[in-house]
Amino acid sequence: MIDRTVFKERFVKWVLVAFALSSLLFLFLIFVFILSEGLPLFHKIGVKNIIFGFKWAPTKGYFGIFPMIISSFLVTIGALIIGAPMGLSCAIYLSEYSGKKMKMFLKPALELLAGIPSVVFGFLGVIYIVPLVRNYLGGSGFSLISTSLVLGVMILPTIISISFDALVSVPKTYREGSAAMGATKWQTIYKVIIPSAKSGILASFILGMGRAIGETMAVIMIAGNALKIPGSILDPLRTLTGNIALELAYATGDHRLGLFSTGVVLMVIIMILNYVANFGIKRKIAK
Amino acid sequence: MRINPRIINRLVRMGLNVQAFFTVGILIIIVAIIFFKGFPHMSFAFIFSFPEDMGREGGIFPSIVGTIQLALLSILFATPLGLGTAIFLTEYTRESLFTKLIRFGVESLAGIPSILYGLFGFIFFVIKLKMGWSLLAGVLTMTIMILPTIIRTSEEAIRAVPRQLRIVSYSLSASKWETIKKVVLPAAMPGILTGIMLSIGRAVGETAAIIFTMGSSLRLPLSVMDSGRTMAVHFYILAREGISMEKAYGTAVVLVLSILLINILAYYIMNKAIARYS
Repeated sequence: MIDRTVFKERFVKWVLVAFALSSLLFLFLIFVFILSEGLPLFHKIGVKNIIFGFKWAPTKGYFGIFPMIISSFLVTIGALIIGAPMGLSCAIYLSEYSGKKMKMFLKPALELLAGIPSVVFGFLGVIYIVPLVRNYLGGSGFSLISTSLVLGVMILPTIISISFDALVSVPKTYREGSAAMGATKWQTIYKVIIPSAKSGILASFILGMGRAIGETMAVIMIAGNALKIPGSILDPLRTLTGNIALELAYATGDHRLGLFSTGVVLMVIIMILNYVANFGIKRKIAK
Repeated sequence: MRINPRIINRLVRMGLNVQAFFTVGILIIIVAIIFFKGFPHMSFAFIFSFPEDMGREGGIFPSIVGTIQLALLSILFATPLGLGTAIFLTEYTRESLFTKLIRFGVESLAGIPSILYGLFGFIFFVIKLKMGWSLLAGVLTMTIMILPTIIRTSEEAIRAVPRQLRIVSYSLSASKWETIKKVVLPAAMPGILTGIMLSIGRAVGETAAIIFTMGSSLRLPLSVMDSGRTMAVHFYILAREGISMEKAYGTAVVLVLSILLINILAYYIMNKAIARYS
């Protein structure tokens, strides 16, 4: 009887270990398969000709994705310019000013905003933002600025929830100390609280960047997908994610491999951003 | 000139107030547009009839069925895996190199954008494992995508279960697994359910990873090897290819409404759970 219980306990433990290892296995598979499809072309065409190549004509042997790398960063920075101040001020309001009832209403609303699918953002962007830009600023409307605007809103929930956590975790004694010196609430916030929550806030911006650079469906609907580096904020552009999504369905042979090479570059950028962001969050906790 | 700090304080407070409401306003505007524009095109017949002429006419019944199949099957695979991982991380080990490694894996999976899941699912399930564009390929890709959410929420829920409950169970000579099964899991159930609901919401709204694994066939998927399209994919194709704006709005209402309801239910369950232990 006791033997059976012991046996069962051991069995359960090993099953759970296997389950826990599945995440690592999946991560490993994703790496192996994207790399094994994406790397051969780097070898064949040359790293320089892909990463710094300007011409993307995969059926003619040109696999340059430099304009897309630049475009991806441009929309991401644009999204951050719009999303970072909005998100941070929202987080400050939530952590420092809002009452308990307000919080009960605002936090779920933000979570719901995070749940709206990216195709819906893309669709509304095409219907409302693109014509607005076309009519008031010029160009076709499918542009860097339209994409940045929509992405800026899409990354808000990420920025708000992570910088909120960073602000809330600042010890209460700091606030009390500052108030005791006669500082107003705002002086306390920008001289004491924001500096001590700095690494968490930066991490929220970087994770927001990660979301923006990885976003696909909204971007291909709004960006216009032109194959060159945009000369102004009103020019269309194509991002790394857009390149994959637009052509994967029909690509064959080297063309398909080229899309996986695009994926490899995207994966490396995302890994670096996530690593830096996690470093920021961990440091905050360690303090 | 020096402005009184109290006045600055007031102004900042007002500004932040406006900003917070503006952000919520965006959500309200998005939902309002979708509802006002879409409701006239949504009807009983729209939900329960088949699309005709690429979706120009008729309803969205197959895509609703496809969405439900995808979400439920992904949950069926991901819940045991995710919950098992969470139980292992919380109950069976101390923090060690091994748990750090697993956490690294989970965090990395959570950070991968959906288009890369699409690439992976396409090359691995669709091409290498020869599943073709199929419900199964979509489900397996989605399972990996939602795994991190389920692990994190379950882990938090299990950690929140008070230690006393476990001690009492051990004192009644229950084994570790019996304690987990009969005491810990029932107590953590609301939190675990929240994770499951959030994952369903994610599966319903996902497009990039699904379109390259499950495909976009308009037929009703009758076996797991059939291709199909979810509501999100159907909506994307209708809007992107300009097939029919009315049908696109109609689909958007059903899509957004179901995601909102699922997520609201998720947070409702979570709040109940928080109220229980605080």
